[in-house]
Parts: sequence; C-alpha cells; structure tokens
Amino acid sequence: MGLTSKSTGLSLLKNKYDTVKEEKDMIVIALAGNPNTGKSTLFNTLTGLNQHTGNWPGKTVSNAKGTFKYKDKEFLLVDLPGTYSLLANSVEEEIARDFICFGNPDITIVITDATCLERNLNLVLQVMEITDRVIVCLNLMDEAKRKGISIDIEKLENRLGVPVIPTVARDNKGIDKLLETIYQMINGNIKANPYRLKYSDEIESIVEEIEPILAETLGAKYNTRWLALRLIDGDKAISNSIDNILKKYSD
Amino acid sequence: MELVSKSFVSYKIRKHEIPLNELPVGKKARIKMLSKNILPRRRLLDLGLIPNTIVKTERISPSGNPIAYNIRGAIIALRKEEIENVIVEILD
Repeated sequence: MGLTSKSTGLSLLKNKYDTVKEEKDMIVIALAGNPNTGKSTLFNTLTGLNQHTGNWPGKTVSNAKGTFKYKDKEFLLVDLPGTYSLLANSVEEEIARDFICFGNPDITIVITDATCLERNLNLVLQVMEITDRVIVCLNLMDEAKRKGISIDIEKLENRLGVPVIPTVARDNKGIDKLLETIYQMINGNIKANPYRLKYSDEIESIVEEIEPILAETLGAKYNTRWLALRLIDGDKAISNSIDNILKKYSD
Repeated sequence: MELVSKSFVSYKIRKHEIPLNELPVGKKARIKMLSKNILPRRRLLDLGLIPNTIVKTERISPSGNPIAYNIRGAIIALRKEEIENVIVEILD
C-alpha cells in the first residue's frame, strides 16, 4: 500500500481531533503501545483489514480506524501511533495522548513487548493514570519464549490491577481471550482496579486545589486529576489541548 | 516546575563517575543522575534511563557518535549530545 491522498497532507490533520463515534452504539477501543510491539498487526487481526505494517519508527503517524463485531456488539478500533510516553515529546505522542485523554475511548488496550516488558510498563502506568478501563496485552510471547523469558502473568495482573492477556498477534494466539475480556469488561463483569501512583504531599495538596476548578470548567467528562498533574508539570502542550476543548464547547 | 528541579541543583561528581558517553564498550554502569540542563530529559527518562538503572555499552559507531546501549533489555543508540550530561558510576 503506497501513499494515497488520504494518508498524506491535510487529511492527516483533519483526522487528529476526529474522535466522534460513528454510530452511537459502537464501542470505541484504543490501541496504544510502544513502537514495534505489534499494534498494527493486532489491528489487522481484529478488523480483518490490511493496513500496512512495517518496521520503522513512526510508521503509524495518524489514527487508523476499523470496525469488527464480536457476539452482539460492534466495536470501533483505533490504532494509535507508537509512543514510549504520553508526556508529549513529539507529534505522535500528542496524538496518542489526546485520543486517550479527550477522545473518551471505552477501553484502552496497551500492547506491550513481552521481550522487554520493563520498558513498556512506563506507558502502561501512564495510561492507567488517565483511565480505569485498561487491558494490557502481552504481545510477542513467542519471541519471549525463544529468549527464555517467562512472565508470571497472574502476579503482574495483581500488581497492576488490570487484566493481562498474553498473545502472539501474528499467529492469532490469545486473540479469543482478548476479545472475551473486552466483551466482559464492556458488560461490567470485569472490574479493573488500576494501581495508582501517589505523589508527595506537596504535590497532592496542589492537585486538590486545582482539581475542583478544572472539574467546574471542563465538566466531569475528563480525568481532572491527571490534567491537574500535567498543569503542575508546566506542560505547555496539555494546556493547548485544554484550550482546544474549551473552544469546541463554546462553538 | 520548581518543585521538580530543586533536587538536581547541586551534584558533585565523585570518583568512578563519568558521563555516559565515556563508558567503554562492554562495560556496565549505574545511572547516578540526569543533569537538569539536558534538553530532552523527559525523553531519556521515558526510554528507561532512570537513576539506578544499569546500562551497558554495546557498540560504538565508527565516528564515535552515536553509541548503542543496552537499556533494560533493548538496544538503543543515543547521540553524544543527548547523554554527555548523564552521570554514571562504573561497575566492576
């Protein structure tokens, strides 16, 4: 698949904030993860689409979208650009962060590389700070096995407080269990209780001051605790994003 | 901003401590600190260069820049300018 008018130029920018649900009863799932962990491969496996997958940094620059059906529900899957962090250093990270924080996906799946899990957990923790409904997908389990890495999935699940599913996306392994977990989570049968970072008293007290103000101006739709923390960070990009939301509302 | 930067204000480099880019090939080192004047500090932290992390120099390119490191199970090449303000303590 080469470059088309849809994959370049202005239409990319249009895509950026386009997080409107296409149909009201569709369930939106975001796919996040470090670069080269198999997001696009999983995306293709689930949707049956044939998006280009390639092994170079920043391959997915914008959100790819696809739909699939499981049991009685329809899902809209959004493939986000690969990022190491949500504390925006680059455009891709900003796109991923804005979608997870402001696009209100029903479930966020964080795909991690089982061969170097430690590095991937950084992103998992950051996503868990924003949203409760997180599923961690341990991809590339075959590679990990070949390298002699074994992972105590139950323990990881307990420590993180969210479902952890081992998969091999390119061989379709573990996909059934992933789908079932998504389904059960939507139905409310699985309640995630994500591990939350506690900051020092000094920071927590400032958060308590800012949070009510944010809740008043933005409404309860967004994770105001996380936004407050970013404001304390002095993160310029996030205040721009908040400005954009406020503009959208006043229009 | 101030809350964060306070803890990095003064740091004296001790014996056995060198900038990360001077770590010879095959040697391991423990990260002591990332100086506050590194521009993409947040980026390095996200890559896994957190204080107390063990890093190993894997390979040096012919011109000596960039240098590849093993950081928490992944090989990552970094430019000299990015890491000369990362102070490490040589192990063994």
